[in-house]
Amino acid sequence: MSINKLYDSFDNAVADVFDGAVILIGGFGPADGCPSYLIRALYRKGAKNLTLVSNGPGQGRPKPGAPPPPGPRRRPPNYDDGGLLIQNGQVIKCVCAFPGFGRPGAMSPFHQLLADGKMAVELVPQGTLAERIRASKAGVPAFYTPTGAGTIIEKGKETRMIDGKMCVLEHALKADFALVRANKSDRWGNLVYQGTSRNFNGAMAGAAKVTIAEVNEMVELGGLDPEGIATPSIYVNRVCSRKDSREGA
Amino acid sequence: MAERLDEQTMALRVAREFENGMVVNLGVGIPTLTSNYVPEGREVIFQSENGCLGYGRVAQTEAEQDFNLINAGGQFVIGNLGMCFFDHAESFSMIRGGHIDLCVLGGLQVSEKGDLANWLIPGREPGSIGGGMDLAFGAAKLIVVMTHSTKENEPKILKNCSYALTAPRCVDLVVTDIAVIEVTDKGLVLKETAPGWTAKEVQALTEPTLIIPPDLKVMSL
Repeated sequence: MSINKLYDSFDNAVADVFDGAVILIGGFGPADGCPSYLIRALYRKGAKNLTLVSNGPGQGRPKPGAPPPPGPRRRPPNYDDGGLLIQNGQVIKCVCAFPGFGRPGAMSPFHQLLADGKMAVELVPQGTLAERIRASKAGVPAFYTPTGAGTIIEKGKETRMIDGKMCVLEHALKADFALVRANKSDRWGNLVYQGTSRNFNGAMAGAAKVTIAEVNEMVELGGLDPEGIATPSIYVNRVCSRKDSREGA
Repeated sequence: MAERLDEQTMALRVAREFENGMVVNLGVGIPTLTSNYVPEGREVIFQSENGCLGYGRVAQTEAEQDFNLINAGGQFVIGNLGMCFFDHAESFSMIRGGHIDLCVLGGLQVSEKGDLANWLIPGREPGSIGGGMDLAFGAAKLIVVMTHSTKENEPKILKNCSYALTAPRCVDLVVTDIAVIEVTDKGLVLKETAPGWTAKEVQALTEPTLIIPPDLKVMSL
């Protein structure tokens, strides 16, 4: 039996996402680095009480007739972000670095639910977020960092002076699933990205119990330059391809 | 009273601080404008925390917009020779590991000790930290560029910041629309005033007492 991590449909790839799962979602700003097809599959699946970990919680879809949400207007084709799951009431907590600012009259789903007291947020400096994810991937249970010392970030955390610098103890971020977006994969799950769309995707691949990659297309094994593979196959459990997998069930 | 500098002119003044060979990270807002004013004959490499080192100018036309090439402010930028990409963990190893020579950030408040507050306006919780905290702790040198006072003309350079801190004692230089101020162990030193502004007028809009050196200059623009 040869190894083949490609799933025939996006829905099948997320079929075992359970209520209460902690999910890492890659992406940054308007870059084409958001696993939108996997997010839509999770929306159809309807798993609830999810904790989303991402740079920003996402804007979701504008309500019909409502003014457009704040943030960049231009989006990549076929785009959806984690805001869709928030809008759908599937999320109880967001762990993020940059939620943006809610604007009266044009609140994002995140800011609306937060204002309504229906969701919790843990705000994390972006580098600490990346490092907590990397630590989880690398088997480091916790680490000290100067970032956040002497600010409200250190509240409730251990602090310690190391080499004359006050540092904060931060813990690895444990997650059940990582949804990442890449450009190409082979049947082993090696990944290559495009430009700044790698962002959190490259950091998150391998940092959860199950990593599911959404790629534009599959190539034959050997079709990726070994020197150019950004995420080694060992970190990827499942692959869905926009070209080769079905969007529905 | 003389006119205040506009955002482009403030960006131009900040860019005079770029030295040849520096790796520079730019925050959202006025800081991103500084990339247009790299002084003639100097080469700097811009780092963006979303995983790019060595990107080019901001995209001007729709045809130049590439969804796989944006800066940390979400602006489309164009490619450049020598450019490379990496993931967020690598990017913040650069930032937290002290590899960034200079960072330029916007500010809400700066204290006389060099504390910076720039991510949370009271009443607009939870705020947005982004990569600013890591940059404030990790960059070798930090310049803050901001208007000197609020819209209500209240000082933004204070004895102590009242807003939540980004990092304590992190600011080296403040460039505003009326002055350039250096943070030193002895206090805030007024290095330059904008054309038409006197030291006394700048002091009136600044809470802590400024040190006025004998070589105080007018900004050359």
